[in-house]
Amino acid sequence: MDKKNKAKVVVVTSGKGGVGKTTSTAALGAALALEGQKVVVVDFDIGLRNLDLMMGAERRVIYDLINVIQGTANLSQALIRDKRLENLYLLAASQTRDKNALTDKGVAKIMDELRTRFDWIICDSPAGIERGAVLAMKHSDIAIIIANPEISSVRDSDRIIGLLDAKTLRAKNGQEVEKHLLITRFDTERAGSGEMLEVDDVSDILSIPMLGVVPESRQVLSASNLGSPITLSDPASAPAKAYMDAARRLCGQDIPLIVPAGKKPFFANWFGGRAA
Amino acid sequence: MVVVVTVLAQTQNSFRFQGRSFLAFVICPTAPIDNWLRDLDAWVKKAPDFFASKPLILDCSKISISRGDFEALLARFQAAHFRLISVEGVKPEWLPKGLDPLPGGSHRQEIETVKSLTRATGSQKPEGKNKVNSLMMNSPVRSGQAIFFPDGDVSVTGSVASGAEIIAGGSIHIYGTLRGRAIAGSTGNENARIFCSRFEAELVVVGGFYKSAQDIEPEIFGKPVQIWLQNNVILLKVME
Repeated sequence: MDKKNKAKVVVVTSGKGGVGKTTSTAALGAALALEGQKVVVVDFDIGLRNLDLMMGAERRVIYDLINVIQGTANLSQALIRDKRLENLYLLAASQTRDKNALTDKGVAKIMDELRTRFDWIICDSPAGIERGAVLAMKHSDIAIIIANPEISSVRDSDRIIGLLDAKTLRAKNGQEVEKHLLITRFDTERAGSGEMLEVDDVSDILSIPMLGVVPESRQVLSASNLGSPITLSDPASAPAKAYMDAARRLCGQDIPLIVPAGKKPFFANWFGGRAA
Repeated sequence: MVVVVTVLAQTQNSFRFQGRSFLAFVICPTAPIDNWLRDLDAWVKKAPDFFASKPLILDCSKISISRGDFEALLARFQAAHFRLISVEGVKPEWLPKGLDPLPGGSHRQEIETVKSLTRATGSQKPEGKNKVNSLMMNSPVRSGQAIFFPDGDVSVTGSVASGAEIIAGGSIHIYGTLRGRAIAGSTGNENARIFCSRFEAELVVVGGFYKSAQDIEPEIFGKPVQIWLQNNVILLKVME
């Protein structure tokens, strides 16, 4: 019972697709595991699963979330232990079913069971605001809202925050879901030239506490092609450091956040370099 | 409230589809129906042309209505020359000839309204005769949320996001940025005003008169602004 209360269910969500939910779920899950926490990352994107690829476990998926919901497998059979970190697990989504196979009761049962086994349950939400996304957020204690510094992503994130205040169990019980903003794909040069929003603009519009700013980087893409969370494959890279810091902040550590401001492209040209 | 229709036009050997969108009012009778009809009459009396030439959709999903009452309601609308284009929330077979259910059923976007006013008002619980006719929102109003408070003023301590709307019977006070829509005096109060610390609005409406962002001088944006109605014209003034 004590253990159950300690466990935290985190939903990684954004509304908009392609902003980095799955990448961030993998990176944060691995970062928390590196911190010594027992972590499971759960893919809620039924029919369009990707988290198994990001975790490099696509060939090891035998049973998935839907099998467990429908009772064709038990949870222990469906949990895939990471090859690199023994306290990191994956619960994959089904690629052949659709989101209607996710039932309210089934999800509740799995969440209760995961709470007894893990410190952190990180749910990778599908894009959109439909059933899949709502079920992914329903049991969460904490929400990490992923936003890119551009106006459509920010508006969709704002919509998602509204849903978190309306559709989660916590909201229905009169409690609040703890919300954190994680800005991904931040490009200092493009922000400086006004092509992208500044961090301050995003945080002003969404007005929730900031968990971190992950810079745009080629290293993120190469890590996902390797099938490894960037926090494991390239821990010295700037994005990995941003994710590590974010994970430590989630654990309650007080780590100062240096918000990168947009660089004026003029100076970049002046010194003849382009920081990618 | 926006309805998107598709116009189908035949050319020589292929079909061309053209999208068009227009604004249709959705009127939603509420129980008790007699009171609602009285309010509607009062509104029509006050602004006789308000519904003229505007397409209307009647949404009966909020009330339980018998077939006889529904037909009486339709007859009333016809007598008042309302241009009904569709009806929702009743059995399709009740509809007279010429009226069809909206294609796609009730495909309207879901709007989360504030769950309970008492929770949103927080400490301002009505106590005896000191009933407070105002709504205090202590959190930002998010995209997709609609705050509907026909009884009085609405104050928001945070911002109103793009895609969110505040509908108040009285005035609206926003101590953050107004990026969405603000509809003050929604029950016809032309003395209602809108105040915001930073104006980035998509649409402002006072007493039924509206102004959208494209009709507003760019100089106003980003400034603290007061909005009111004078001789049926919406005025915006930067507050120094």
